[in-house]
Amino acid sequence: MTAIIELDHATIRIGGRTVLADASFTIKTGEFIGVLGPNGAGKTTLMRAILGLLPPSAGRVCVFGRAPQRGDQAIGYLPQLRTVLPDLRVRGLDFIASSMHGERWGLSWHAHADRRIIDETLAAVGARELSQRPMCDMSGGERQRLLLAQSLIGSPKLLLLDEPLISLDARHQEVAIDVVRKVCRERGITVLFSAHELNQLLGTLDRVLYLGNRQAVLGHVDDVVTAPVLSRLYGADINVVRADGHIFVMSHGLDVERADHMHDHAGDGDGHDHHHH
Amino acid sequence: MVTTTIIIDMFEYEFMNNAFAAAGIVAVVSGIVGYFLVMRGQTFAGHALSHIGFAGATGAGLIGLAPLWGLLGFTLAAGIVMGLLSDRISNRDVAIGVVLALALGFGLLFLHYYTSFATQATALLFGNVLAVDRAMIATLAVLGAITLAALGLIMRPLIFVSLQPELAEAKGVPLRFISTAFLAIVALAVSECAQIVGVLLVFTLMVGPPAAAQRVTNGLWNGLVLSAGLALSEAWLGLVIAYYTDWPVSFCIAVLSALGYFACLAAPALRADRTQDTHAAHEVAES
Repeated sequence: MTAIIELDHATIRIGGRTVLADASFTIKTGEFIGVLGPNGAGKTTLMRAILGLLPPSAGRVCVFGRAPQRGDQAIGYLPQLRTVLPDLRVRGLDFIASSMHGERWGLSWHAHADRRIIDETLAAVGARELSQRPMCDMSGGERQRLLLAQSLIGSPKLLLLDEPLISLDARHQEVAIDVVRKVCRERGITVLFSAHELNQLLGTLDRVLYLGNRQAVLGHVDDVVTAPVLSRLYGADINVVRADGHIFVMSHGLDVERADHMHDHAGDGDGHDHHHH
Repeated sequence: MVTTTIIIDMFEYEFMNNAFAAAGIVAVVSGIVGYFLVMRGQTFAGHALSHIGFAGATGAGLIGLAPLWGLLGFTLAAGIVMGLLSDRISNRDVAIGVVLALALGFGLLFLHYYTSFATQATALLFGNVLAVDRAMIATLAVLGAITLAALGLIMRPLIFVSLQPELAEAKGVPLRFISTAFLAIVALAVSECAQIVGVLLVFTLMVGPPAAAQRVTNGLWNGLVLSAGLALSEAWLGLVIAYYTDWPVSFCIAVLSALGYFACLAAPALRADRTQDTHAAHEVAES
């Protein structure tokens, strides 16, 4: 298997703050990587660097064996920040269509071929019925599936999913993970999947990329999710408790991931949760 | 056919013909540009541009230029500046509010020093479509064509950036350029619109119809066509009503615009009620 993403002593800074310092790791073709770490650890920033939106201030970031190129069609992306225009009754089809060749000039016409691709991709994630429904009437889960379908358009070789589980309930989280796993295994797509909770991804991920304290550790769950490694990344005393096939990352008796998660919802739930039904 | 004669009557006046032509051009441009303005949630920026245009128009009067050129110059400059500062300013209502109040203040100052211009202040603020001449129609047509051509050029990336800015950025769309170009286009449309309904009432053509259209359509192109159609029919119907009642044209258009919006606001709710009612009826029937 060949390397698809390679960081070589890369330092990534954003607004004077060092998010990653001297990080090196290699992600291979076809891997499903769970990206975890405390809030502000740089999960989004790392993805932006891979997208070529943020050049490293030192070291090298390589994607497909070269410096990342902004607008690379081989990368599918589902951003964490998702602007929702609550009053706009735009159909799922039009929403996705807006992203196809959206960088070209001119009027917004879409060929039948484009519509067919959208239809096929929606069908692949089990969301064909969403193409005619207005976005503002969709539930959080439906909208997420639509965005997931969108990120798969153009047959990407690499998929960057930034917190795709946010605003989904437990059942929909599982469905979303299943869909990503199925589609990506079938098509041999490499996936970076950032999340707050490790447990749901345990059965799916090949390796985990844990970020924190300006460091990045890539490896198998058993090697990375351990008390010494996580204590270093969190900069705090961390206990890792394994029970019943689940892993709990605890700090002073508190479940760290769960606490993060709750915090996140209190902070920006409003933006994502408008249309829960 | 009494009505037919009266309507034919109306078109015997050249000023009415001119008014219909000018209002028609401006309404279509406003309805289309306004559609994107509403979609992007930048209506307040459009409002601010029109107020800044007021200062420009009175300033132009002070140095002996036609108000339209002052309007155009000021709104274009302001639109481009707002676009370039977009990360920091364009979505901050307070900053926009302060700037537009300042602009109105300057408008007042210019009026103060050019008192003979004061009679035209009302026309600027509330429009005077009945005073439009042939030359103005030609100017509006050229400006309108430029506005729509520019909008057509950036339409695809504009929609992408409006719906999904984060993804658009990742795909290499120049966000700042698009939003600046768009605000410049809005500035052009505002200047044209102000000629018909006045700077204070540009919302009647640039916000009312598109907002109404977005409530009742799902497709982008349907929405655009409906928005332009609504603006056009409200503008023309406003002229007809004004002709018979002798009420100010801008007032009639403002009322129609509000009625159109509220009607569309109620429409989806009514539809939902009806489906709920049928559901309820079914449940009753089943039990």
